Amino acid sequence: MSTLVKFKIDGVECMAERGTYIVEAARENGIYIPTLCNIRGVKPRGSCRICTVLVNSRPMSACTTPVTDGMEIINDTPEINDTRKSIIEVLFVEGNHFCPSCEKSGNCELQALAYRFQMMVPRFPYIFPNKTVDASNPKIIKDHNRCILCKRCIRAIKTDDGKNVFAFKKRGMKLEIIIDPELGDNFTDELAQKAVEICPVGAILPREKGYQIPIGKRKYDQVVIGSDIEKK
Amino acid sequence: MGQKITIEPVTRVEGHGKVTIHLDDKGNVRQTRLHIVEFRGFERFVQGRPYWEAPVLVQRLCGICPVSHHLAAAKALDVIVGAGTGDGLTPTGEKMRRLMHYGQMFQSHALHFFHLASPDLLFGVDGDPLIRNVIGVALKHKDLAVQGVMMRKFGQEIIKATAGKKIHGTGAIPGGINKHLSIEERDSFLKGADPMNIDKMISWAQDAVDFFKAYHKENKDFIDGFAAFPSSHLSLVRKDGAMDLYHGVLRAIDADGKKILNDVDYQNYDDYIDEEVKNWSYMKFPYLLELGKENGWYRVGPLARCNTADFIPTPLAQKEFEIFKNYTNGKPNNMSMHMHWARLIETLHAAEMMQELLNDPDLLKDDLVIKGTKVKRGVGLIEAPRGTLFHHYEINDNDQIEMANLIVSTTNNNEPMNRAVNSVAKEYMNGQKEITEGMRNAVEVAIRAYDPCLSCATHALGQMPLEITLFDVHNNMIDKKRS
Repeated sequence: MSTLVKFKIDGVECMAERGTYIVEAARENGIYIPTLCNIRGVKPRGSCRICTVLVNSRPMSACTTPVTDGMEIINDTPEINDTRKSIIEVLFVEGNHFCPSCEKSGNCELQALAYRFQMMVPRFPYIFPNKTVDASNPKIIKDHNRCILCKRCIRAIKTDDGKNVFAFKKRGMKLEIIIDPELGDNFTDELAQKAVEICPVGAILPREKGYQIPIGKRKYDQVVIGSDIEKK
Repeated sequence: MGQKITIEPVTRVEGHGKVTIHLDDKGNVRQTRLHIVEFRGFERFVQGRPYWEAPVLVQRLCGICPVSHHLAAAKALDVIVGAGTGDGLTPTGEKMRRLMHYGQMFQSHALHFFHLASPDLLFGVDGDPLIRNVIGVALKHKDLAVQGVMMRKFGQEIIKATAGKKIHGTGAIPGGINKHLSIEERDSFLKGADPMNIDKMISWAQDAVDFFKAYHKENKDFIDGFAAFPSSHLSLVRKDGAMDLYHGVLRAIDADGKKILNDVDYQNYDDYIDEEVKNWSYMKFPYLLELGKENGWYRVGPLARCNTADFIPTPLAQKEFEIFKNYTNGKPNNMSMHMHWARLIETLHAAEMMQELLNDPDLLKDDLVIKGTKVKRGVGLIEAPRGTLFHHYEINDNDQIEMANLIVSTTNNNEPMNRAVNSVAKEYMNGQKEITEGMRNAVEVAIRAYDPCLSCATHALGQMPLEITLFDVHNNMIDKKRS
């Protein structure tokens, strides 16, 4: 028995394995749905809502909703894209994101999405929160000014025996990521590197290795985020 | 009744400042001051950042010569990462940085001479202000204006090829550089279509020196006498005494040419130089400790460099340097307007250096970074277009910057610019019943000769230009003019 289901995205007929999340199913059909908190291969959380689509007219997070037979998905409309843009703007004003001097610039997913959605000036006032830089770990530096609290590091960085290295601390506007002191001190180079790579912004940085990729060679210098999926 | 004149804002300079001139009952100049009225504070907000961010972060204090700040910070961090004090990098690392720096010097000097200073020379200090500007130059001297634009463009393209962007790139990293030059990039500069090739740039730079010499011949009294006063001079020189705009030892001479600082290591710059704060300006007043606050001030920049250097290590610039030196019989040149002459000689030198570097195969190699034993303090000095630039950083155990001290080129010229303003105000305004636009511009011409970057020097926010205010003896403001 075939497990393939048929569904439509913006009127385009698509097919995917039953149970595939909409974001992945769209990718397999050459359609880009923007994501930020989502990581391929890790259980989704739907926390950033940048992937919001209309499923049978209801707003749903595309990273946590599986496709079903006959599903009608609306993805690329001015209204939905403006909602996505407003989420990006919120993330910018809630932190202290100074792209000009950030070493993640050019490789940053938040910055790349802001370019894709042509964000110029946020519609919300800047909060300029008082955030800190935690440079106490021997392998990485945490810059809370840039953290968008996507939980990617919490969900993806685990020790060999499955323990979380990162966690949330405090509540509300004071919420921030922390590193388990014991596990963090014994970070392997590989895990530290993975944490740096998994962070979509410049909140987790490698020590003493900034700006090594020249301008022009960085991930989003030449291509718009998502264009690799749309080309397929 | 006395008067106070305010010139605010001063125009055709980088940054925002104003001049106040106090006149006594007889209309004679009693006191003049160049005020820098803005504040930026990069020294403070770089604190707590990871040290390797400094070259990219701190360069944002300027859009005119960010490369100088980028490289001075990188040089300071070279020391911190154990890559030596300016001469320990890989050949590719050092030469790519030098190429970036000479591109910067070339474009910045071209910008200043052709766009900011030339209107005063071409239309006269008291010329019609409606045409005494870069648009006037473009309309009446099209070739010269185009030449200025193209020279600036060439320098900017060199910066882009070495730093990644024309403004605020990321090329220099602690211990080296993040890219080498490609063969295509190199060839585009060596063999580019006319006029965008290095041969043309050298030829135009030579033309600019010749233009100034011809102007000087016709206007000797003005060029030699305007804002001339004796001073000490300070710059980096190569260990053998050659002009070196990227690296060297600190040399200072007095107005007679006697060495005050005899080729000392700049890592200990604070043993020789301190800064004084005055309550009427956000720009500090550096001075040589040996001579004290009163007499320890000095000039930096092209004039100072041509005074301190024994020779220039490129043939065409050396030939012009000899003519320059012979004009004062080998003695230090203390004439403010000769700053333009020295600046154009340096422009020629920068073009020749770019040619030499572009022909160097080391630029194409990929050995980019070197590191050694880390230390917690590093000082980086460079000869920026406007003069000696000091960057000093100290870091903590977590690699965060704890202290930063920047002595920016224009800051070094604070007292000399104040002296120049005083000298010109006295010459043009003493006993005059009416203060004309031409007189006010004369004050600005004196400041402009130093090519100040006021926003860099004060870390200032806001607009660029300058104003002049006139006060009476009771400190009542009588007149205020914005240029």
